[in-house]
Amino acid sequence: MLSLSLKYRKKTWISRRLKEKLIHGFFFFNGIISVIILLGIFALLIFTAIPAFREVNLKEFLFGIQWNPTAYVKNSYGILPMLVSTFMVTLGALFIAIPLGVGTAAYLSDVASPRVREITKPIIEILAGIPSVVIGFLGIVLVGPIIAKIFGTHNGLNALNGSILLAVMALPTIISISEDTLTNIPDSYNQASLALGATKWQTIIKVKIPAGLSGIIAACMLGMGRAIGETMTVLMATGCAPAMPESFLGPVRTLTSSIAIELGEVAYNTTHYYALFALGLVLFIITFLVNLTSDIILHKYEKVNR
Amino acid sequence: MSVLTKHGIKMEQKPLNHTGKMADNKNSNIKIFIKNFNFYYGASQALKNISLDIRENTVVGIIGPSGCGKSTFLRCFNRMNDTIVGVRYQGDILIDGNNIFDKELDIVDLRRNVGMVFQKSNPFPKSIFENVAYGLRVNGIKDKEYLTHKVEKSLKDAALWDEVKDRLANSAFDLSGGQQQRLCIARALAVEPEILLLDEPASALDPIATAKVEELIHELKKKYTIVIVTHNMQQAARISDYTAFFMMGELIEYDITSKIFTKPSKKTTEDYITGRFG
Repeated sequence: MLSLSLKYRKKTWISRRLKEKLIHGFFFFNGIISVIILLGIFALLIFTAIPAFREVNLKEFLFGIQWNPTAYVKNSYGILPMLVSTFMVTLGALFIAIPLGVGTAAYLSDVASPRVREITKPIIEILAGIPSVVIGFLGIVLVGPIIAKIFGTHNGLNALNGSILLAVMALPTIISISEDTLTNIPDSYNQASLALGATKWQTIIKVKIPAGLSGIIAACMLGMGRAIGETMTVLMATGCAPAMPESFLGPVRTLTSSIAIELGEVAYNTTHYYALFALGLVLFIITFLVNLTSDIILHKYEKVNR
Repeated sequence: MSVLTKHGIKMEQKPLNHTGKMADNKNSNIKIFIKNFNFYYGASQALKNISLDIRENTVVGIIGPSGCGKSTFLRCFNRMNDTIVGVRYQGDILIDGNNIFDKELDIVDLRRNVGMVFQKSNPFPKSIFENVAYGLRVNGIKDKEYLTHKVEKSLKDAALWDEVKDRLANSAFDLSGGQQQRLCIARALAVEPEILLLDEPASALDPIATAKVEELIHELKKKYTIVIVTHNMQQAARISDYTAFFMMGELIEYDITSKIFTKPSKKTTEDYITGRFG
């Protein structure tokens, strides 16, 4: 009797262990596959970008001011105009989005009634889900004509238009994360400040925003990461002239637009083809650095608040 | 002072301080005058028909079991309860004869005049100097020399100067718990209030830090009117001139501290003080 029950036990023990192992394997596989895919993309970018530098030297690539890979006489692969365009559009977007976003976050966290906050915050977060092509469309039919009218330009498809649209796209991220940061600031700071005779406004400016600064900076960096990588909107709204940008009212072409425009028509395994992958690599490095920085800042902030 | 007797407070008795000697404030004026005061959080009533008055340059201790409305009462004097949604009040609180619920009254001025120190020390995430200077800065003072002078004076008044004078630029979080609490007192003193509200200021401190804070309160009494909420009855007995005993939102007894602790007139007070409940 006893031996029977032991035998039985042993059997279930083995099957249980097997099951455990299978489940473990399943989750390990799931985890590892996404890492492998990501590494694969990265490897593809690097190995397809490297051949470009057999013909183009790195200095010329980074600092050349002419991008003309299909010229009659001599092809040129300078990405500086695109880098400048990308940063112009992105910084322009941040210039609009940061004051607006942080202001909205402060309003939602400190001034708005709970009811207003309950309604407004989800709506702002839904804004993040609007497809970029729709925003680009608005850029063409709405923002463009308005800019053209105000500044008297030929058409409104320029860096400013791109900045405005990217600001709209970065706003949900900036507002949402900044608002979380401000809401999580201990109420004791708020109370102490009010008890000293500070107004609500002074409390927000002098205590809450400085206390949540790292969170707010991280929010802005994440918003920036989104703006840099955005393709469709800028492709539609910025005019896409591959020359050195002259001003915010001139047409610009960002890194992302160039890839999107040219990759569909380029001949395989040519220097031009490899150069486009090199563009992608540059873009990847930039967004990686931005995200890494925001991650470090956010982490530091979490530690301080603990 | 005919109003006094109406509230059943025996002002004709000369107040005694904790050493048993005559208190030196027998001629002082009424600083805070509270009459038929009711306070509600939504539907629940937290304070029921409170009437009492507080004399200038005295320390009034408020004792009572948890949830009896002590802190709520204290937070009425600088209207900190206004930050909570859904509170209501009836009745009057007069400071120097002015009703603090007057619509004309500027709440910012009120809070400058009535300083507050919280239960848990809550310095700002700024330097020691900036913590003390904050109240002055929000009042629009920019003069560097005056700020430096005022910060030094406030820290000295809070008996913290000697411990921090070499590291004013350091973060306030570098200080110990007791030092942080004295920093909060210095911060409150910097704006020169006339009344100081202390909400269990020593509840999170060790005995040595507590002794320092108590000594400080005794010193501050000369310049300020102090209302202190405390959980610790020995502390109330040691530092306050008058003691108010609250229970379930009602003021059970208010009298000279020595009398409350030796021969209270109400049975409930005696039971609480002798530790039969609470």
